[in-house]
Amino acid sequence: MKMTVGGRAVSYVLAYLFALLALYPIVLMISSSLKTNMEIFASPLSLPKTFSLDTYKKLWEAVPYADFLWNSVFVSTLSVLLITVFSAMAAFYLSRFSFKWTAGLYFFFIIGLMIPIKLGIVPLFLLMKNLGLLNSLWSLILIYTASGIPISVFILTGFFRTLPIELEEAARIDGCSHFQVFWRVLLPLIRPALATVVIINFIHAWNDFFFPLIFIQEEALKTIPVGMMVLFGEYETDWSLLFAGLTLSALPMIVVFLMASRQFMEGLTAGAVK
Amino acid sequence: MRWLIHLFPLPALVIYTLFVVYPIFSAFLYSLYDWNGIKRGAFVGLQNFMTLFTVEPFNEMFWNAFRHNVFYFVVEMIVQNGIAFGLAFLIYRKIRGSGFLKIAYFMPRLLSVIVIGFLWKLILNPNYGALNTVLAKIGLEEWSRPWLGDPDTALLAIILINCWFGIGFAMLIFLAGLQSIPEDLIEAARLDGATGLRMLWKMILPLCMPAITIMTIFTFIQAFEAFELVYAMQGSMGEPFYSTDTLAVYFYRMAFSSGAGDVTLGLGSALAVVLFCIVGSVSALSLYLMRKREVQH
Repeated sequence: MKMTVGGRAVSYVLAYLFALLALYPIVLMISSSLKTNMEIFASPLSLPKTFSLDTYKKLWEAVPYADFLWNSVFVSTLSVLLITVFSAMAAFYLSRFSFKWTAGLYFFFIIGLMIPIKLGIVPLFLLMKNLGLLNSLWSLILIYTASGIPISVFILTGFFRTLPIELEEAARIDGCSHFQVFWRVLLPLIRPALATVVIINFIHAWNDFFFPLIFIQEEALKTIPVGMMVLFGEYETDWSLLFAGLTLSALPMIVVFLMASRQFMEGLTAGAVK
Repeated sequence: MRWLIHLFPLPALVIYTLFVVYPIFSAFLYSLYDWNGIKRGAFVGLQNFMTLFTVEPFNEMFWNAFRHNVFYFVVEMIVQNGIAFGLAFLIYRKIRGSGFLKIAYFMPRLLSVIVIGFLWKLILNPNYGALNTVLAKIGLEEWSRPWLGDPDTALLAIILINCWFGIGFAMLIFLAGLQSIPEDLIEAARLDGATGLRMLWKMILPLCMPAITIMTIFTFIQAFEAFELVYAMQGSMGEPFYSTDTLAVYFYRMAFSSGAGDVTLGLGSALAVVLFCIVGSVSALSLYLMRKREVQH
């Protein structure tokens, strides 16, 4: 479609203005973490005059960041792995076989898309208590896995259905078992959808703070978002420390994103509008 | 060994049933009982729902929070999804640097809500925050105010921050919708003389309906689940003076932070059930209605 020169100029101004609006607070967060408190209050908007990592040294002593980081990595990685494997297996079954109950089973999984799981938090709390999982990272892994399943089954089933059935028949004639068809033939073909599932669930598990807030009390078991909350009670007036804490919570995700932004973008939209 | 195939959906089914379906189902049951401490008391039927809707201050709290959730939804639909669609449209029409722009728009979505909450709290700080400094610099000093401390502006401020957070994701969904429109349909319409707004209204919007449907439902669910940002910025009381309270925050207060746990566990579960019914029925209905209006291609 054609645009007039004026229309084009306005488009560019708007598009880049919003980019600035999206990025500026993040830049401000990082640049403030490199300033002293005095500098933040005197000139909050300017870039830091001297580059100093003193605040980070102080932060390192104030919170066990290495523990938080490990907990976050452990919980997110394991949850995403379980979600992806389990959902792919379920989606394969739901899309490739039609028994009496497959439609009902699919519907049962999909209901989960509309259930705000936070509303079940009281029974969930009691369940975790009975299972002896309070104050255990496994409570988080189980919940993230369970709550990630509906959207993942939805996306993966949609994708499996787009694959031609002939592929599978050919593989079976060659003597492949169900498992081999699934693992060797179909899984490699749905890689874009798997990427979507991994990304959506990883962002969710990494950033969530509701469940760790409720299930994890012990300091050494906290994930990054909840662990960093401590700072905001204890160091209320030390702004450079607070900004450093925020930066450090966000940094791992930003680094992963920048390294894999193409897969992120394609992955996030691949399964969305099917 | 062919029966082995039935084991495929089993792990997903077991975990999902145990940790999603069972707790929600239990919440339904809990709402029908009286609670003494953390022990279940007598069966009271719909008593908890009656209390929720007819007894002060519970009913006032409910409607206050409900109004805020509706406001949340309306503002997000207009501001977040409106801007996101506009930006998606600009990128769809091939703007230079679209790779960078997509990354920039999406960046906020990567931060934990807790980080966003505290970051914006610092930016909006009435004394030293960056926003008031910017306002002073561009000569709008009289606009500066304690945005989060003023009951008139606190809720809107929080919702706009939520929009800032969500625009990148919404933009990607709309862009995927736009890019799925077949080129030849647009071309044909153009040859028929459709231009500009007419093209947008008559062709592009209807063809984007799947993406718009999905975003509307997402936005609705988000708006009625709104909890994290309010909790991170204004605490479990929805300060100031409950002006930022939402149903989920109210629910959290009843379930976890009230002194009188005995009364409120049943009430809290009743509230959870009401909230579940709102989200479930409206998203099912809108899905149904909007699917019917979608254009097939």
